[in-house]
Amino acid sequence: MSDIEKKSIDLATQEVLKKAKDENIKTAWDRLESQEPQCGFGQLGLCCTICNMGPCRIDPFGEGAQVGVCGANADTIAARNLARKIAVGASAHSDHGRDVAYTLSLLSEGHAHDYEILDIEKLKNLAQEFGIDTNKPAGSGLASDSQSHKVKEQIAKELSKKLLEEFGKQEGELVFTKRAPKKRQAIWKKLGITPRGIDREVVELLHTTTMGVDNDYKNIINNGMRCALSDGWGGSMVATDVQDIILGAPEPIRGKVNLGVLKENCVNIVVHGHEPILSEMAVKASQDPELIKLAKAKGAEGINLAGICCTANEVLMRHGVPVAGNFLQQELAIITGAVEVMMVDVQCIMPALQEVAACFHTKLITTNPKARFPGVTHIEFESEKAYEVAKQIIKVGIENFSNRNKERVNIPKYEMDLVAGFTKEIVFQILGGKYRATYKPLNEAIISGRLRGLAGVVGCNNPKQTHDYFHTTLVKELIKNDILVLQTGCSAIACAKQGLLIPEAAKVYAGKGLQEICEAVGIPPVLHLGSCVDNSRILTAASYIIEEGGLGQDLSDIPAAGCAPEWMSEKAITIGFYFVASGVYTIFGASPFATLGSKNLTDYLTKDLEGIVGGRFEFCDDPIKMAQLMIEHIDKKRKALNLRPRMYQ
Amino acid sequence: MKQLYYDVKKCLGCKSCEIACAVAHSISNELFKTIKEEILSLPRKKIISSKDKNYPVSCRHCKDPKCVDACMAAALVYAQEKGMVLHDESRCVGCWMCVMVCPYGAIRPNIKTKIPIRCDKCKDKDEPSCVKACLTGAIIWQEELASPVGTVPARANTG
Repeated sequence: MSDIEKKSIDLATQEVLKKAKDENIKTAWDRLESQEPQCGFGQLGLCCTICNMGPCRIDPFGEGAQVGVCGANADTIAARNLARKIAVGASAHSDHGRDVAYTLSLLSEGHAHDYEILDIEKLKNLAQEFGIDTNKPAGSGLASDSQSHKVKEQIAKELSKKLLEEFGKQEGELVFTKRAPKKRQAIWKKLGITPRGIDREVVELLHTTTMGVDNDYKNIINNGMRCALSDGWGGSMVATDVQDIILGAPEPIRGKVNLGVLKENCVNIVVHGHEPILSEMAVKASQDPELIKLAKAKGAEGINLAGICCTANEVLMRHGVPVAGNFLQQELAIITGAVEVMMVDVQCIMPALQEVAACFHTKLITTNPKARFPGVTHIEFESEKAYEVAKQIIKVGIENFSNRNKERVNIPKYEMDLVAGFTKEIVFQILGGKYRATYKPLNEAIISGRLRGLAGVVGCNNPKQTHDYFHTTLVKELIKNDILVLQTGCSAIACAKQGLLIPEAAKVYAGKGLQEICEAVGIPPVLHLGSCVDNSRILTAASYIIEEGGLGQDLSDIPAAGCAPEWMSEKAITIGFYFVASGVYTIFGASPFATLGSKNLTDYLTKDLEGIVGGRFEFCDDPIKMAQLMIEHIDKKRKALNLRPRMYQ
Repeated sequence: MKQLYYDVKKCLGCKSCEIACAVAHSISNELFKTIKEEILSLPRKKIISSKDKNYPVSCRHCKDPKCVDACMAAALVYAQEKGMVLHDESRCVGCWMCVMVCPYGAIRPNIKTKIPIRCDKCKDKDEPSCVKACLTGAIIWQEELASPVGTVPARANTG
């Protein structure tokens, strides 16, 4: 295996990495090399920088200091460090949710003209969940066309108020937690980890980790779970559901993926980050006749929009916009030399982009007041004039086209087809038909043993491992064993690049049972559910499965498992915690959480939690072994439910 | 023959060399596994802080080694051709005499195994593990400098 093959299994990535090497442009892989060996105390979670009596370190070999200046031991230090990461991950997703809810509020008051309520049914369903009367319009009872419009806006206004209140609530329970099965809700209540208010859980968790507050690692982790639940069953769910209302609920859609989607003769605009509110407008603006005309006047054939990371997943799910790549390909997109503008919003945007962009004509444009680079062009997004801002950014790209050095353009010829756009509602319809939408066929497939179980494979990339290798090897192994795989985020992009997200993949890779299902309903064996906030779709879908019946009373009864094989972000930790706290067995690859320095804490996470919340963590660094562990768990759950043996062994 | 040198102006006291040393002398040679081994591998190098400087301290392999003279079991030998003090652990009786006579405090007792531990310059490797572990380049692995009579070879640059 050559050096470059060790870095990535993706051929497009390998090709651009060769170019980067030839041109002496540094990427994440090079920077990792110069960071090695990484700090052992950091990896073990044994370094505490919380107060100014430190930094303190615990000697992992037992000779030196076993407590910090304040007296905190390895358990406390590692647990506090981990809890802070949970809080940060939750804050990222939830703040995203807040911005989307705020946009709905502006829209309902007539301030965000560029958006409209696209999914009225979902709006009404959500309003009903929040106890809003959707039948009684403000004013008169009879609704003419113009009045029904008013009603829609009125519902949105009341709903957005309620949604925003979820963030600032001090007491009670988050409304979305009611979506969980009764038994699950009871477990949370008994443990006192039902989230009360989204912001409160983050703040309170941070408070408990400051010097001299919570010293009991178990209590710290329990509070961490409550905070994580406020993300999964709170902030992320708000983000997903409100985005579906104002941007339209996704439906299965074809798309293309990998760096080959960049077009040599077009103005290439890459959207990157996580919040789709602005990139949605960029999609619209890229089709603006006036802008296309301008692009042609500048010698381009047109405007080509492509995405990276979860912003890509969002615009893919709703519009079929091509995906240029996942997390580790953000720098590589620029290194193709063919990107006029990379417009970024928030999260997972490498600071290194600025330097890489400086090697080319590419203009990096920040759009969010929360995420800026020193010296980089900032065109701030405002909901009130979203379309105008998007047009302005695309115009910068068009003007920049003439600055492109054609001799340095090198777009790898790799692209792959995919089908995305699966949501919890769509799964209903696909399986049961539009008029008798139901999860019954899915449950029955599991009960009858045609399907062995379900797996959620999600998460990032990490240069510590061969890029995309863990995602794809694991997923192939799972579908081979008749396990239907649900994906989000950069993991979905990884598998899409290897051709796993097309219906035809079932014939090549899936076991016989899964193959039959895929062929009967025409779905791929791997379903793309969206961005990383859309992991909330998995939680709701799992709740529907329990509601449908036959697979137990609680989420932890379902023959299912989760995995983040190449994770790197704090958000992944939070997602892991809300899955585990919802009863799901969850494996983390790459390197484990920084807790190994505390045996007690590690045992609590990987052993004891199962008896407390029904789910637990596992750390594993081999994709085949991961698959085996997930299958073992799924079989254990099948046995507990007394299900029939697998139809095809 | 190569020796370890130190530029203490660059030492931040991060103890990465200590961890790398313990891992290099463990059974698994992997951090996450090393800390779970039954008999913990201990670092043969320690960072000693004095005033405002940090000193990575490990055996200097003196040409006139006091520890070799003091070893009653003849477990210690100075190997001229390798430029280092060799420790035959099978002969060692754990009397700690070497620990006591070392003028630098560079030999450390491993109480659990009852055997003193000392730097072996990672004998099987091209270079000692601490060198690669040092992110600031404070640990230097280079050909022996011609040293004035009466000084020890691997001396600290006290800067």
